[in-house]
Amino acid sequence: MPANNPGDLHQVSDRLAYNAMRHWKERLIEAVLLAAAAVSVLTTLGIVYVLVSESISFFANVSIVDFLTDTQWTPLFDDAHFGIMVLVSGTLVSSFVALAVAIPMGTIIAIYLSEFADSRVREVAKPILELLGGIPTIVFGYFALLVVTPILQFVLPGLPGFSLLSAGLVMGIMIVPYIASLSEDAMRAVPMSMREGSYAMGATKLYTAVHVVVPAAISGLAASYILGISRAVGETMILAVAAGMQPNLTWNPMEPAATITSYIVQVALGDLPHGSIGYQTIFAAGLTLLLITLLFNILGQWLRARFRENY
Amino acid sequence: MQPLTTDEIRIVIAKGKFRDNLFKAVGIFCLAFALLVIVALIADMVIKGAERFTLDFFLNFASRRAAQAGILSAWVGSLLVMLVTALAAVPLGVAAGLYLEEYAKRNWLTNLIEINITNLAAVPSIVYGLLALGIFVYQFGFGQSILSAGLTLALLILPIIIVSTREAIRAIPAMIREGSMAVGATRWQTCRYHIIPYAMPGILTGVIIGLARAIGETAPIITIGALTFIAFLPPLPFTAAEGGATAGLFDWVMSPFTVMPIQIFNWTSRPDPAFEVNAAAAGFVLMAMVLSMNAVAIYLRYKMRKRIKW
Amino acid sequence: MSNHETPVLKAEARGLNFYYGEAQALKNINMPIYDKKVTALIGPSGCGKSTYLRSFNRMHDLYPGNRYEGEIRFFPDNTNLLGSDVDPIEVRMRVGMVFQKPNPFPKTIFENVAYGLRVRGENNKRVLEDKVEHALKSAAIWEEVKNRLQDQAPNLSGGQQQRLCIARALATDPELLLFDEPTSALDPIATGAIEELVHELKKRVTILIVTHNMQQAARVSDYTAYMFLGEMIEFGKTDQIFIKPQDKRTEDYITGRMG
Repeated sequence: MPANNPGDLHQVSDRLAYNAMRHWKERLIEAVLLAAAAVSVLTTLGIVYVLVSESISFFANVSIVDFLTDTQWTPLFDDAHFGIMVLVSGTLVSSFVALAVAIPMGTIIAIYLSEFADSRVREVAKPILELLGGIPTIVFGYFALLVVTPILQFVLPGLPGFSLLSAGLVMGIMIVPYIASLSEDAMRAVPMSMREGSYAMGATKLYTAVHVVVPAAISGLAASYILGISRAVGETMILAVAAGMQPNLTWNPMEPAATITSYIVQVALGDLPHGSIGYQTIFAAGLTLLLITLLFNILGQWLRARFRENY
Repeated sequence: MQPLTTDEIRIVIAKGKFRDNLFKAVGIFCLAFALLVIVALIADMVIKGAERFTLDFFLNFASRRAAQAGILSAWVGSLLVMLVTALAAVPLGVAAGLYLEEYAKRNWLTNLIEINITNLAAVPSIVYGLLALGIFVYQFGFGQSILSAGLTLALLILPIIIVSTREAIRAIPAMIREGSMAVGATRWQTCRYHIIPYAMPGILTGVIIGLARAIGETAPIITIGALTFIAFLPPLPFTAAEGGATAGLFDWVMSPFTVMPIQIFNWTSRPDPAFEVNAAAAGFVLMAMVLSMNAVAIYLRYKMRKRIKW
Repeated sequence: MSNHETPVLKAEARGLNFYYGEAQALKNINMPIYDKKVTALIGPSGCGKSTYLRSFNRMHDLYPGNRYEGEIRFFPDNTNLLGSDVDPIEVRMRVGMVFQKPNPFPKTIFENVAYGLRVRGENNKRVLEDKVEHALKSAAIWEEVKNRLQDQAPNLSGGQQQRLCIARALATDPELLLFDEPTSALDPIATGAIEELVHELKKRVTILIVTHNMQQAARVSDYTAYMFLGEMIEFGKTDQIFIKPQDKRTEDYITGRMG
């Protein structure tokens, strides 16, 4: 309570003045809190402003058609080419490898924990999974380059020291906890009465899980997959460390290749003058990355609206 | 219509149960595999890095000779960057969460802020690095400093803190609010004396998870152009600085720096295998920091769930 | 109801006890269920009537810590439904159930009704179509849904959903059909439709119904059992239970002095 307790204010005018002050103080606090909430909008505006303004300068020098169709990415060479598809291919191939691991594994773990495991197993496994979700990606990058690649080379003798495959597989393991944890939450939210309805028909656990629980939780599952895709597309360090950084237009995971993110890292590691075309390329690449992420998120929100849970 | 005979039913059931058990085995295998990978990761770093777990490793600067290199500038840098991040993100995040739960009216502005926060959480971290490079480093002239890095990571973890603040506040029943307002408290007094204290454990959980995420982030810090070879510490307040002057209280925020993940990245990308040992040891230290922070947060959350309900 | 015909036994509880962990929920229940008759279970909340009902299809096996003692004999083959050597899934394939709150699956109307058939390995389109139509007709909902079989079932009204759930249970020709307060979530008109349906169904299937509503028990059942605190207080023909109950406790409940 403020020092001047309203009980001490005997004059009506005093009390009105006190109330007015209280009122203004409340308004001021509300304005400060609103400003804090607005920081998130400013962040978005800042991101859009930086990416778009630098990209505009970039596209003043490079045509959009070349950017989208050129098959070479050599922005720092004398004979400069700016074909973003080179970087996009690396991003898509590594993401595909990662999701090919993470979506099936994450979903199976989620179904197992939600429908099969008894509560003690779940209570231990769930926090451990959450813990794994917090491992820094640079540590995974180290693991991909120095542990997983040698093991893979043992199985696949032709595999080079840097590859999208190795980075993608480790990225997949990194994403498993997110998908498993979110999908499990979605399936646990399906009411028990729905499962009872299926069991009462004589269905087994797996049949119930696949035919009733998964369809009922489908929008939650889709959301977890979209998050997984966002993670894979935006992942940087694992690729920068283990996939090599040379631009390479390829759809073969056995090859090394740069991704959008690892290219940005590579440029940032060097010393490019502010305002040069090389400096602008990372913003054009960043804008492309943001648009790809945005695309998946819009798709995710559409899926959510389309399959809203109606139990 | 001829119903199935008992034997036919038993065959159907036996098939179903076989599939159940098969799936169970696959599920256990997947779970065990995911855990095994992590165990392998930790074991590899511990075994490879074992020879570096000495006091010198923590007290030495980075060096060209692997055996003498240490992580002093890296862990000091990480702590200082985290300090800036926490000082910026915690008040902003809690204030924003409080506004959205306790003050906001249902209008287009609130909707915009909410949609915006959801979408920001999905923006790749390297994009925050580009934002910081354009705005903090060049526009604001903060350069490649602890301040730039701290603010960048603050923006990155802001959605995490806002969301956990909101969840913590939402768990407080309306009667607490009504009880406070009914005795004449203003909205702010209600927040200050009731809502914030009750939501504290939940907010704290979010803050720890956010900081654990920030301390392991590499990409945005590389993007702002943080140097990778730093063999000095930021100036301690009131000590002698270069040119005989005395360092001011806040000079360190503008200092160049390195952090743990960048040090690891640096060592990992060296062709000389001797540095692998350093990378393993530093990786283990970083992972121990992150995992213990997360473990505290998860413990707090589970404890809160078990606490007496209102 | 004709009094001279001797009823045939379909099932019989013998010395049935049931425990949720340490807590005993059913105490030494002995009771016959007659073939092609409707038997109603009445009693105040928490008296164990739903617990008893859910023993017939081993629903309690889904949760850890539950335990049965005694037996439920099922005829004509005289199987003990609770026997440890009897597979609960096999029991559920013979005993259908309709729940308190309609719980259609997030699938089409057609797939909801075909669910039990598919569980049994039936995938022939012609057979499925035949049986689904027949079940929907038996559940008196065919006319309302015949042109929208591919619509999502959760979009139906509450009363339609419950009749769909009945069709779903009927499609596999269960020998015994359990109803757990099937109308408690429905409005009076939908309730009337379900009651009429129950009356119709007893021509082909034995029915055990838990109800909160004594008028409903009086309207639809041939036999009534009154339960109180986990015990079977009185079992008899419905008219007899309602007109001249033997036990004081039954009389108190029926005349509204308690519960």
